[in-house]
Amino acid sequence: MVRFALPIIGFILVVALLAVGLTKDPRHVPSPLIGKALPLFELTQLRDRTTITAAHFEGRPRLLNVWASWCVACRTEHPLLVNAAQQKQVEIVGLNYKDNETNAKAWLAKHGDPYATSIFDPDGTLGLDLGVYGVPETFVVDAHGIIRYKHIGPLSADTLKAEVLPLLASLRAEP
Amino acid sequence: MLVPLAVGAADIPLAFESEALERRYEVLIEELRCLVCQNQSLADSSADLAQDMRELVHRMLVEGRSDDEVRQFLVDRYGDFVLYDPPLKVSTIALWSAPAIMLLLAILVVARVARSSNKRPPTLNDEEQRILARLRAERD
Repeated sequence: MVRFALPIIGFILVVALLAVGLTKDPRHVPSPLIGKALPLFELTQLRDRTTITAAHFEGRPRLLNVWASWCVACRTEHPLLVNAAQQKQVEIVGLNYKDNETNAKAWLAKHGDPYATSIFDPDGTLGLDLGVYGVPETFVVDAHGIIRYKHIGPLSADTLKAEVLPLLASLRAEP
Repeated sequence: MLVPLAVGAADIPLAFESEALERRYEVLIEELRCLVCQNQSLADSSADLAQDMRELVHRMLVEGRSDDEVRQFLVDRYGDFVLYDPPLKVSTIALWSAPAIMLLLAILVVARVARSSNKRPPTLNDEEQRILARLRAERD
């Protein structure tokens, strides 16, 4: 019996390892930015071209949502954001990434504008500092401007409800 | 698939002031991973992001930054994942030690098999020796 026990145990271990590996999403890359301050930036707001900096994020927790008019997947999550903003569940700052002003404004006019303001980042400089690689991306930034959470790809209603909103609620309770 | 491949890495020729710099650039983009198409290096990928990242590497090298500074800059933003050769730390211990553990296990198994097949035939006691002698006598 012992003769066969070892190979069988080995086989089961390998199968278990592979099974766990299959359930993991290879696109989920842990962000090195979690727990770090939002990178410093000085850009303009899409709406009125006034300057906006990282200091804008002080005071209360917010979502930072990376979007673009050319981003097809952004349309998937957009109604969710519009709805969350309308119900005042969350304050969302947009990061309009590698877009042009006309297209971006037209896109918001067409699909609704859930953003308290949108940072206009046509060259993707802030996007680069945030390690953006799969638009849309969503960050939770706390009241001290620290990045606490990152989601790559479109937000689902489940993720919003199960992860983002509870995190925001606990951040609001923090001193 | 043919079209994106054809307009891949050589899309926009980047200028270098020296051949040495260009060689460093080529080595770097081989060892940096494109995050959009995760199984390709920056050198292989035709994704927009890879194009941007190649231009960034080029710009940093032309500005006189070292290879390590370029690597660190990208790791700070995208994480160790951007390196095809991840550094040794707590989260990567399993990754780095796996080959050694596998080799050790293989050696153990081989040693066991070799030892069991190497066993000498058992010696016979007096009783058995007598039976053997009798059987031989009967055969003859």
